[in-house]
Amino acid sequence: MSDKILEIENLTVSFDGFKALNQLNFSMVPGELRVIIGPNGAGKTTFLDVITGKVQPTEGRVLFKGKNLRSKSEHTISRLGIGRKFQTPRVYLKLTPRENLDLSGNRHKDVFATLLGRPSKPEQRTIAGLLETIGLTTKADIPADLLSHGEKQRLEIGMLVAQSPDLLLVDEPVAGLTDEETENVGNLLLTLAESHSIVVIEHDMEFVRQIARQVTVLHQGSVLCEGSMDDVQTDPRVIEVYLGQPEESHD
Amino acid sequence: MLKGKSMTPETSPTETQIPRRPRRHLLWIEAGIVVAIALLILFAAPALLTAIGQEFRINMLGRFMALAIVALGIDLIWGYTGMLSLGHGIFFSLGGYAWAMYLQLQLPEGELPEFFTLYGVKELPKFWKPFHSLPFTLVAIILIPALIGALLGYLVFRNRIRGVYFSILTQASLIVFFNFFNSQQKLINGTNGLKTDTAKIFDVYAGSDDAQAIFYTLTVVFLVLAYIVCRWLTSGRIGKLLVAIRDDESRVRFSGYNPTGYKVLVFAVSAGIAGIAGALYTVQSGIISPKSMDIAFSIEMVIWVAVGGRASLVGAILGALTVNFAKSILSEQFPDIWLFFQGALFLVVVTVLPGGFVGWLRNEGQDLLRSLVGRPRRIMTYPSLAEDPEVEYERQNLRD
Repeated sequence: MSDKILEIENLTVSFDGFKALNQLNFSMVPGELRVIIGPNGAGKTTFLDVITGKVQPTEGRVLFKGKNLRSKSEHTISRLGIGRKFQTPRVYLKLTPRENLDLSGNRHKDVFATLLGRPSKPEQRTIAGLLETIGLTTKADIPADLLSHGEKQRLEIGMLVAQSPDLLLVDEPVAGLTDEETENVGNLLLTLAESHSIVVIEHDMEFVRQIARQVTVLHQGSVLCEGSMDDVQTDPRVIEVYLGQPEESHD
Repeated sequence: MLKGKSMTPETSPTETQIPRRPRRHLLWIEAGIVVAIALLILFAAPALLTAIGQEFRINMLGRFMALAIVALGIDLIWGYTGMLSLGHGIFFSLGGYAWAMYLQLQLPEGELPEFFTLYGVKELPKFWKPFHSLPFTLVAIILIPALIGALLGYLVFRNRIRGVYFSILTQASLIVFFNFFNSQQKLINGTNGLKTDTAKIFDVYAGSDDAQAIFYTLTVVFLVLAYIVCRWLTSGRIGKLLVAIRDDESRVRFSGYNPTGYKVLVFAVSAGIAGIAGALYTVQSGIISPKSMDIAFSIEMVIWVAVGGRASLVGAILGALTVNFAKSILSEQFPDIWLFFQGALFLVVVTVLPGGFVGWLRNEGQDLLRSLVGRPRRIMTYPSLAEDPEVEYERQNLRD
């Protein structure tokens, strides 16, 4: 049981009777890079909301390293080791990338520790290294406001890493990026996958092909099928609900 | 063209170690400036005002500096943490009342403050008794507002009430406190309030020149202390976190912080600061009454900060001083016009100067000054862009 990093059993979430997630089962082993795809409204973002504590499950449970996450608040779950990147980059715009990373990377997040804490030398070094990894060294001390969309995306991934979570949840990391930037982010994720477990939610099929090993397809709030990219692409059910639609003209 | 977007940084990592040293230097310079200004206000300002025959403005300056202390507290929670409190009159008045109660009790053994006898009260109400003690009163001036602020804040923030709802709640609390203080004649002299002028402290009348000079000095000292506390809270990690809470509170939760504790802390600090301000203001104006819990007064406090500049401590102080001096000078000249002027001022700030005076000075003002002196405008650019050889080439060769 507990060799799974994330385990989700019979998860149902309903908003006023509408089931955003319906009897969903899902599990992941440590070190896995999993891509979740699915048409709009399949429940992908709700899925992340439940894991991170933003939404409470109506039924079922979410286990992280064997621990039930029910009724834990967002910051507790985050401290347990689950980091989340949002669909639109949410970085602190008035702070510089360096400060953004420092806040995320701070190990002691209680009021008084933060009140008295100053970034220590090793922490500063970690942040400098991280800035280099995400390619923002030269822009480390200007407000994040002035960064481009792609740079904000990378900064937010950097903030995730600074938290040093065991599980990274990444929601559409390449939305609105150029092809080159997309590839950069893909490489970044692949590098991270060497030492973290990662869930990526994505629409961009090119990108999914670049990074995916295991793919899970969500449809109407439950798992439709799971497998490698090739398996999934040839699965007739998937073609019907999702992949097939843009290619209909070929048939 | 795509060079700037590559994942590898173009400059050596040594650049990341630059900013540390100069910052400490700046801190010393700032401390020097603060001390210098404080000394000027302490010694030069009273002498100057006396010399030009405006002696009565010394007391005014003292009172307005007390108001500047509240403004600092409001800037801390509004400018930096994004909580707009419309109820700081509560904390201001609690501090004022605590101090006034102590002063009222400076009487020969067994005597009661005068107003009690008017309402036929024979015995001192229980909650007055601790205010015989000076140490208790001094602690109470800060702690009572801070604790009430913390309690109110905890209940509100824990339930994730934010924005307009928070503002409305603070205003509602203000009305509750106002009605309570206004209606309790037998406890705290209701609508008449408590006078402090004729009370004796250390055998001197609180209204006498000597005592007033001391209160003036104390106000300057506490203004500096409040500035230091706010400066400390708004710099360093916690300051960055407060800004993060202001800009995206729910994101902060996903970074592993619980914003509730931080918000309660700054709200309590802000309330405590308002309490000190209330005590200092009361003793320099000679009276505290429920009028200081008027809705309008608490809104005025917010206006001072907005005019001076949110998220700038200097702005908050300047805003409180200028608006109040403008108010008293204008209403001396044209008694009826002040309210219109205040409304206009607020409109101008909201529409033309959203960053307040200091915010304007930081951005547009500098450019204006530079162009007046005939120097080129500053150009904001990405550091990498400035170093990009292609950009450099274009600059040098394509200009003419």
